[in-house]
Amino acid sequence: MKSMFQIIVMATLTAMAGLASAGPEDIVVGDPWSRASIGTSRPGVAYMTIRNTGDSAMTLTGLRTEVAAMPQVHRTATDDSGVSSMAPAGDIEIAPAGTVALEPGSLHAMLMKLNRPLIEAESYSLILIFGDGSEVAVTVPVLGVGARGPEE
Amino acid sequence: MRRLTILAAAVVGAVAFTLVLGWWQVDGPGADTARGARPLALSNMDFALTDHEGNDVGPQSLLGQPSLVFFGFTYCPDVCPTTLADISGWLDELGADAGRLNTVFITVDPERDTVAAMAEYVGYFHEAIRGWAGPLLEIERAVAGFRASFEKVPTSDGYTINHTASVFLFDAEGRFVTTIDYHEPREFAVPKIRRAMGADGEGAT
Repeated sequence: MKSMFQIIVMATLTAMAGLASAGPEDIVVGDPWSRASIGTSRPGVAYMTIRNTGDSAMTLTGLRTEVAAMPQVHRTATDDSGVSSMAPAGDIEIAPAGTVALEPGSLHAMLMKLNRPLIEAESYSLILIFGDGSEVAVTVPVLGVGARGPEE
Repeated sequence: MRRLTILAAAVVGAVAFTLVLGWWQVDGPGADTARGARPLALSNMDFALTDHEGNDVGPQSLLGQPSLVFFGFTYCPDVCPTTLADISGWLDELGADAGRLNTVFITVDPERDTVAAMAEYVGYFHEAIRGWAGPLLEIERAVAGFRASFEKVPTSDGYTINHTASVFLFDAEGRFVTTIDYHEPREFAVPKIRRAMGADGEGAT
């Protein structure tokens, strides 16, 4: 049987851990995938879900990867007349217990200036950079050029 | 007498100008391609492009079979491969019937999408998909006929192209049937295609 003191210490430590860990360990990345590129002249793309299990917001501010010199989160929008456009998405806040999906036709990691082709069945590391300076490395499997989802 | 001739010429000129202006705004290149405008029938369109195998093609090449046509560009990382992958899935679902549907991807990026680039790109998707390329002027004429739009936009990486992402469906006579919009649920797509294919009375070969 735990003493009150132990419970208080544990609760305090948990709370402190919680505060201190508004950081990378609260980020859970699901279903990362990427399409194979045709050579290196066209931009590549990566998709995934990013869940914040912490109790303070996390802000995704940038990306880094060895496979591309200019990785950036972009957003595709389609207006009422069916015209699609794409632009840098800027900082992306992920609320506590919130999830942001990078998915086809919406937010996506656009890998501009590829250093090497993304080859089907290989994988590469993509680093998510957050506003507090923390980083989360994601291993992204490369699917076919015509892939539609995380696994097929 | 001479003054009368000049006056008559001026009147004729003014009328001609008004007519041309009207044509320009209603049917010509100045036509409003905004929302709600219905694509022309393929038989009323006029443009000349080259398919990914080097054949001369245009709207007349599509008559006789129902058609599925969409715009995009091969440097587009998100929407275009997604659309091509979706369409490949629909064609898989159509099975053998996919063979009696023209499926055409027209590039809006004549600078980078050469015939060779289109050939390589469409090779990654369903074999029935044809890639059409050509000079900017002809692509503009095609886009105008579909009442679609595209716009080149500079980026830190070079440029991207905003463009109509809807998929256009025509019956075998080239009459516009409907569009499949980008965010439409997938299960609506194949029935729409079947409707366009059946709109000619099932008799088309």
